[in-house]
Amino acid sequence: MTHLPYILAAYGLAGALALYLSIGAALRLRRDRARLATLEAARGRQPVDGQTETGRAGVSA
Amino acid sequence: MNASPTFMDRAGALFHRYANPGRFLKLGAALQPWLTWPAIVLTLCGLGWGLFFSPADWQQGDSVRIMYVHVPCAWLASSGYAALAVCAVLSLVWRHPLADLAAVEIGPVGACVTATCLATGSLWGKPMWGTWWVWDARLTSVLVLFFLYLGHIALIRAFDDPQRGYRAAAILALAGAVDLPIIKFSVQWWNTLHQPDSITLTGAPTMSHAMLWPLLVSTLGFTLGFAAIVVARLRAGVMEHRIRSLLTSPRRGTSVNATLAESGAQELAV
Repeated sequence: MTHLPYILAAYGLAGALALYLSIGAALRLRRDRARLATLEAARGRQPVDGQTETGRAGVSA
Repeated sequence: MNASPTFMDRAGALFHRYANPGRFLKLGAALQPWLTWPAIVLTLCGLGWGLFFSPADWQQGDSVRIMYVHVPCAWLASSGYAALAVCAVLSLVWRHPLADLAAVEIGPVGACVTATCLATGSLWGKPMWGTWWVWDARLTSVLVLFFLYLGHIALIRAFDDPQRGYRAAAILALAGAVDLPIIKFSVQWWNTLHQPDSITLTGAPTMSHAMLWPLLVSTLGFTLGFAAIVVARLRAGVMEHRIRSLLTSPRRGTSVNATLAESGAQELAV
């Protein structure tokens, strides 16, 4: 099976990319959720995951 | 005077239903597990099936197993760019605010997938063709797609005013969409070293069902994974936008900034 290194490299590359993107997205989401909750708490609002004033504010700052 | 809504009005109303970030965050939070877990299960099943249980090709031998990674990446590279073009239309025609944020988040993921498509293609090409790279129409058009992704990523962040970046990147995304049919039909229009399509919408697949099924499972898993990552990044992007708007709003700014400094979130302040 002389092609094994190529096969393993292809699968390894795809696996590494998937882990990099998914872990990066999960950590970023967790960090932003915590920061937004801190901010909302400082402003005297309920912590949000899309359930309070976030909806009324609009994306445009 | 009876002003009945036009098609554009109705379509705009439909798209703007999810322009509300709160509604999107709720939808995204509900969708996330339904995208993530099936993506993990289907990808592992598809790749395991392809790697250990599907037959080797009579000509290519075991190196055909690279197909179960390469083809889903190729499909997602083109689909991701098509999604960018759709976001561009939504942004330019209807000024949809989430379309711009979605374009910001799709670009890097699409570029990574396209790079993986090119790399796994090279890893497949070396044992089959005896070379890592040829300036073949299919390979070159996918390389152009990769550069279009890089250009989009650079352009959307190139201006101090984000709206100008969104607009310029949307125009690039629309102009670059012309590369998608070139990629699709390159193996028919030119004599290429790359093999022709094995799966088409109009004809029966030219590969064995023992290879087709793991490929379809793997492709579905990769697609759901792509969607899960984009939705997670988009949710984070909406939250970051909200954080920035809270930090720049004058009301109780001092106490908020002090709270953020304590929590280590100061770098998000504009």
